Amino acid sequence: MKQDVTTSEIIEREYRAGFVTDIEAENIPAGLSEDVVRLISTKKNEPQWLLDWRLKAYRHWLTMTEPRWQNVHYAPIDYQSIVYYSAPKQAKKGPKSLAEVDPKLLETYEKLGVPLHERARLAGVAVDAVFDSVSVATTFRAKLEEVGVIFCSFSEAVQNHPELVKKWLGSVVPYTDNFFATLNSAVFSDGSFCYIPKGVRCPMELSTYFRINSANTGQFERTLIVAEEGSYVSYLEGCTAPIRDENQLHAAVVELVALDRAQIKYSTVQNWYPGDKNGKGGIYNFVTKRGKCQGKSSKISWTQVETGSAITWKYPSCILQGDDSIGEFYSVAVTNNYQQADTGTKMIHIGKNTRSTIVSKGISAGHGQNTYRGLVKIGKNAENGRNYSQCDSLLVGDKCGAHTFPYIEVLNSTAQMEHEASTSKIGEDQIFYFQQRGISAEDAVSMIVNGFCKEVFKELPMEFAVEAQKLLGVSLEGSVG
Amino acid sequence: MGQKDTMLEVKDLHASVGGNKILRGVNLSVPTGEVHAIMGPNGSGKSTLAHVLAGRPGYEVTKGEVRYKGKDLLAMSPEQRAREGVFLAFQYPVEISGVSNVYFLKAAANAIRKHRGQPELDAIDFLALVKEKAKVVDIDESLIKRPVNEGFSGGEKKRNEIFQMAVLDPALAILDETDSGLDIDALRIVAAGVNQLRTPERAMVLVTHYQRLLDYIVPDVVHVLLDGRIVKSGGKDLALELEKKGYEWLEAPAGSR
Repeated sequence: MKQDVTTSEIIEREYRAGFVTDIEAENIPAGLSEDVVRLISTKKNEPQWLLDWRLKAYRHWLTMTEPRWQNVHYAPIDYQSIVYYSAPKQAKKGPKSLAEVDPKLLETYEKLGVPLHERARLAGVAVDAVFDSVSVATTFRAKLEEVGVIFCSFSEAVQNHPELVKKWLGSVVPYTDNFFATLNSAVFSDGSFCYIPKGVRCPMELSTYFRINSANTGQFERTLIVAEEGSYVSYLEGCTAPIRDENQLHAAVVELVALDRAQIKYSTVQNWYPGDKNGKGGIYNFVTKRGKCQGKSSKISWTQVETGSAITWKYPSCILQGDDSIGEFYSVAVTNNYQQADTGTKMIHIGKNTRSTIVSKGISAGHGQNTYRGLVKIGKNAENGRNYSQCDSLLVGDKCGAHTFPYIEVLNSTAQMEHEASTSKIGEDQIFYFQQRGISAEDAVSMIVNGFCKEVFKELPMEFAVEAQKLLGVSLEGSVG
Repeated sequence: MGQKDTMLEVKDLHASVGGNKILRGVNLSVPTGEVHAIMGPNGSGKSTLAHVLAGRPGYEVTKGEVRYKGKDLLAMSPEQRAREGVFLAFQYPVEISGVSNVYFLKAAANAIRKHRGQPELDAIDFLALVKEKAKVVDIDESLIKRPVNEGFSGGEKKRNEIFQMAVLDPALAILDETDSGLDIDALRIVAAGVNQLRTPERAMVLVTHYQRLLDYIVPDVVHVLLDGRIVKSGGKDLALELEKKGYEWLEAPAGSR
C-alpha cells in the first residue's frame, strides 16, 4: 500500500551515481597475457625497469591461485574476459590544463558532485580525477608545487619523478604480496602519486576521485603516498561506478610510507555500485591497502566508510616499524540487499612503544553479510606495544548477518591488549518509539545508524563526514519495511 | 459551562494481536480537557487499547472506528498520529544507544512543528525549552544528554516519558501504566508532573492497574475494561470501589464471549 509507494521511490533514487558517460574510449582487447602487460607499459611510455617489474609480477601471478579463505561468495572471475586498459580518447596525451579536458568528463565529475573547475572547486581540496584507467585532471597543482608537494597521476610521476617512484614502488606492498595485488602490479594503469617533502604540512586536503565508466573493464589503480620526515598530509578518496548488470573487478593497491614523525591521514568514502535489490551486478572491490610507519614517532590513520560494492574485501593495514609509531583504523562498513563485506585491518607492531587503535562498525541490512576480520600482532621486539580494538555490529532486520574474526598474536609479554565487541539490532520496538514521537521510520534508522557510527565519522574531514552521513542514509533506505 | 468538544471518540473497536482477539467492541468518549482512567485486570486489553490508538504495527483493527478531533485516527500512520498531537507514554520505554535524549527530542519536536507549519527550533531555542520543561518532572540534566533511556532506572525512564510529553505538548496523552515500577516518591513526582500538564486544551487517558495512581492524579471519569470491553464507567469513586471489591463482581454476563 503506502509502504510500497515509498519503497519504489527509494529504489529509483537509490544509487545516484549510476549513470554512464557516453564518451569515446580507447580500449585494448579483453584478455591478459605478457603482450597485454607490454602493451599497457608501451601506451604509458614507461621506462624499462617498470616494464620489467610488471612482467615479474605477471609471471609470479601465473603461479598463484585465487584465495578462497574469505567469508564472501562469488562466481569465479574469468580473467580473460576483462579489459585491462580503457581510456577516454582525448585530443592530446595527458591534458595540460582543464581547458583541454573533454567537457563530457568535466560534466561527469560535476554530476558526481566533484567539480574540477577550480572556480567551483571543493574548498581547500585538491582533486586527482581517475576515469577508468587514466587520470583525467589534477587540480591545484601549482599551488601545491609552491610548497614542494608533488600531487599528480601515477603515470606522470613515472615520467617526471622516476627516481621517487622507483625507490618506493612495492616497498610496502611487494609485487608478490597477494593474488590481487600481484595482478594489479602487472596491469595497473594509473592512480595517484603524492610526495610531501621534509617538514611540510600539506596546505590542503588531497583527494582522488575514482570513476569506473566502461563496461567489462577492470580498474587497477595504484596510489603511492610518501611523507618525508616531519611532514603531514590528509588524503581522501571517493569512488563511484555506473549501474551495470555484470560484475566488475576493482583491484587497487595503496601504499603509504611515513618517515620520522610524519603523519598520513587516509580517508575513503567508497560508493562503488553495490548491485541491485536482487544482488545482480555491482563492483568486486578487492583492494590491498597498507601503510608503513617506517620512521620513529610516525603515524598512519585509516578511516573508511564503505557503503558500496557488491563485495568489499580489504584490510587497510599498518606496519608499525618505527619506535613510538601509531597506527589507527576507523571503519564503517554497510551491507544492504545482497552486499557482502569482509573487511578489517592488520596492525603489525615491530618497533618499541608502538600503539594502535581499531574502531570497526559493521552495519548489516537486507540480506547483507558483514564480516570484521582483523589481526593485531605484537612482534617479539615490540616492547610495550599497545592495542585497543572495538568491533561493533548493528543488524537491521532478521535476514542479514554479522561476523567477527579477531586474530591476536602476541610475542612480547609487555604488550597491552584490549578488545571490546558488541552486536545490537535495530528492533521494531525502537522504530515504533521514534514514530510515536513523530519521527519517520527512515529517519529513525538514519539517526540510530549515525549514532552508531559517530566515533568513526568524527575522524573524517568535515565535508566528507556530512557526505558520508548522507550516503549511509541512502544506502539503508528501504531497509525497514 | 458550554458543551465540551470531543477529543477522542472510540466506537465499537475490535482489535487482534497475533490472531488473538483482544478488544471486543470498545466504546469510549473523552472530551477535551478531561482525564479518563481505564482500569482493569491483567489481560483485559488496557495496553492493547493504548497501542492501537498509537498505531503500533502488529495490532490489527478488525472492526470499529476511532475519531480524534473529528478525524479518522486509524487511517493515519503512527508518526502522523504523533504529529497530530497523540502521545503515548510507554509502559516499557526502549533504550536507544548512540542517540542522545536531547537530539532525539529535538528531531521529534521539529517533526511535529513542521507538521503544524511552525518554524523549526534551533539548538539554542530548543535547549531553553528543554531546561524549562525539565523542571516539570525534576529530571536531571545529565539524563537529558545521555542516550535515550540507556542505563536509566525504571523510575528515570517513566520520568523521561513525562518529560518528553511536556516538551512535545500533545493534545491527547495516553499514559500506559505510568505508575508501574515506581516507588512512592517517584510516583509523587511523576504524578505532579502529569498534573501540571493537565490543561483545558488537553485530554488524557490513564491506563492503570491500581487505583494508587488515581490518588495523585484524580480522574474525571473511570472506566472498567474487562475482556476487551468497557463494562462500567463512573466517577473517581468507582476506582475506590474496585480497590475494595476487585473485578469479579463486574464479570461480563455469560454468553457474551
